[in-house]
Amino acid sequence: MTSEIVIRAEGLGKKYIIDHEAVAEPYVALRDAMARTMRSAVRSAVAALAGRSPPGGRTKEEFWALKDVSFEIERGAVMGVIGRNGAGKSTLLKILSRITEPTEGRVTIDGRLASLLDVGTGFHPELTGRENIYLNGAMLGMTRSEIRARFDEIVEFGEVGRFLDTPVKRYSSGMYLRLAFSIAAHLESEILVVDEVLAVGDANFQEKCIGKMSEVAGGGRTVLFVSHDMTAVKRLCDKAILMNAGCVEYSGGVRETIERYVMAGQPATRGAFDISRCARRGSGNVRVEGFSFADFRSFNVFEDMEISIRLSAGDPDDMKSASVWVLFRNIAGDDVLMVMQKDAAAVLPRAAAAEVSVRVNTVLQPGRYVIAFGVLGHGRDVWDWIDAGPSVEVESNFSGAGAYDSRPGLVTMRADWRVGSEKA
Amino acid sequence: MTRCSSTKPHRIVLEAGRTERNYWADLWRYRELFAIFAWRDVAVRYRQTFIGVAWAIIRPLLTMVIFTVVFGHLAKLPSDGATPYPVLVLAGLLPWFLFSTIMGDASGSLIGNANLIRKIYFPRIIIPSSLMLAALVDFSVNLVLFCALLIWFGVMPDWRIVLLPAFLVLAIAVSLGPTLLITALNVKYRDFRYIIPFIIQLLLYVSPVGFSSAAVPAQWRFWYSLNPLVGVIDGFRWCLLGDERPLHLPGLAFSLLFSVAFLWIGISYFRRTERTFADTV
Repeated sequence: MTSEIVIRAEGLGKKYIIDHEAVAEPYVALRDAMARTMRSAVRSAVAALAGRSPPGGRTKEEFWALKDVSFEIERGAVMGVIGRNGAGKSTLLKILSRITEPTEGRVTIDGRLASLLDVGTGFHPELTGRENIYLNGAMLGMTRSEIRARFDEIVEFGEVGRFLDTPVKRYSSGMYLRLAFSIAAHLESEILVVDEVLAVGDANFQEKCIGKMSEVAGGGRTVLFVSHDMTAVKRLCDKAILMNAGCVEYSGGVRETIERYVMAGQPATRGAFDISRCARRGSGNVRVEGFSFADFRSFNVFEDMEISIRLSAGDPDDMKSASVWVLFRNIAGDDVLMVMQKDAAAVLPRAAAAEVSVRVNTVLQPGRYVIAFGVLGHGRDVWDWIDAGPSVEVESNFSGAGAYDSRPGLVTMRADWRVGSEKA
Repeated sequence: MTRCSSTKPHRIVLEAGRTERNYWADLWRYRELFAIFAWRDVAVRYRQTFIGVAWAIIRPLLTMVIFTVVFGHLAKLPSDGATPYPVLVLAGLLPWFLFSTIMGDASGSLIGNANLIRKIYFPRIIIPSSLMLAALVDFSVNLVLFCALLIWFGVMPDWRIVLLPAFLVLAIAVSLGPTLLITALNVKYRDFRYIIPFIIQLLLYVSPVGFSSAAVPAQWRFWYSLNPLVGVIDGFRWCLLGDERPLHLPGLAFSLLFSVAFLWIGISYFRRTERTFADTV
């Protein structure tokens, strides 16, 4: 018997109209609307008298935040939704939460759905913690008796017991978040939709939230979880959807999907890496012109890899303060290792073009890594930043001798050990 | 799929332009939110107890005094029979404040709660409608004030006071329909917020708040009654002032008709647009 589908999206699309006349304002002023109607009426009349077709209106651009999105979620599944900013994740959640309606397609949802798209929306600063629990709970769809039944749990999880009768405007931001998350986490719904709540708050809070969400998920409820934190997604979810430019690019097991996301657009690299198609940011005072491995292949643990980076500078003087860095990111999206030229007192000469090379001992654990690299200027100025460069494979072998021993840790190194027998 | 096709208790289908089949059921499920929102607004307003309560008393009292001086003493407009002028004015101010508070507060309420609308789903109509409950709290404060005034002047209402709740419902209905329409329009056309205070101010002068509608010449009385507030205010005075005054039935009938028509227009326009509020607010 197949599991029951609780959310079924079919050909979902959401179109926004970007109006180039009304600058970034979705609403209009009545006087503008009236003036415009008058103007276009006059224009059409003039055009009609002159025997021409009426002139075209203002430039309106359609933007599809979601296009042809279909998926199914089974009861009890914990589904991650990942993708870059602007990929359509939040729009999708807004449709599922009924905040906005789709332009086309449809979604069928079986069961009560509660969503937490933002922590603490709906709190009123003047009201006390106790009052806000009732206020926020009701907004999220809880009845008063449900809130009363779970009140103590909410207070305990939020750790606000002592401040229950203090207006929340006096709360620290941490307390505020804890209380808000606690209310939402105690919603009685069959489906829970959560967006990026872990992006805020300290590590303790995040840990607690993830713990609570695994508990929720373990209780047989269906969870949809959006996050940029791949570690959290990996811990919580068993399946994931990868969104890109409003479409579902991949959907499957959480590991494969995260891998796809991290590796997105990374072809296997041979020698020189083509950086012309990479997205980059930074002021560009000094830019990376080329990136290459001296000898490209997969590497063993503790083996040296040598990377060369060619630079160009608009103003040769800038080259002297440029400092190159290289960052290794694993497929879970964790930044594992960063090396920086400025640690080595190797200062570049005054020049319009230069080359930097670095030898990095592979202290990385076996696996695949994406390399980010770039140039920093004076202080912490970002002059160039390429976030998704080539990827490199670290094999399950030690350099020189033997198979890898599967030790824990993100990195490992040959430390300086001294031994000797102790004098009696 | 066939297994799921039977009607499920909580099945919802989201689709473009789909008229929500269980709109009213949904509203019912969120019924507590009406009270909670109203309670939030009242609690916040009365939190500084002194200012909150004082304001609720000073506003009608001061308005009453000024209207009595301006209309009763300077303009020398006649009161109804033996009714003291201040009592006449306050009886008119009761429904007037209810109307102006609902319309004034509600029209900007969706924009004021934009954060909520963008992040949390609940039937949007609750936001402006719950303000009606908050306005009722002010109304009861005014009513207490009015009772004190009756005792002071020794005016005794008769049996007709039992019909007050009916006129209260009428006052709310007359206020709510246009308010819902304007509230929804305000999301799309932001300069409505400049028009609303102006409309409210104009209505105050063309409504029989500071004077009795008996002061209006009889041949204009019918046309005057096309202002839906006339029927409401006359009705309040008819209930409360226990005098030998006839109820102007055409005015009352028009108020009823107006309230029903505008409730229908307001609610249906609101429902049609509320699904896209989150995109425009």
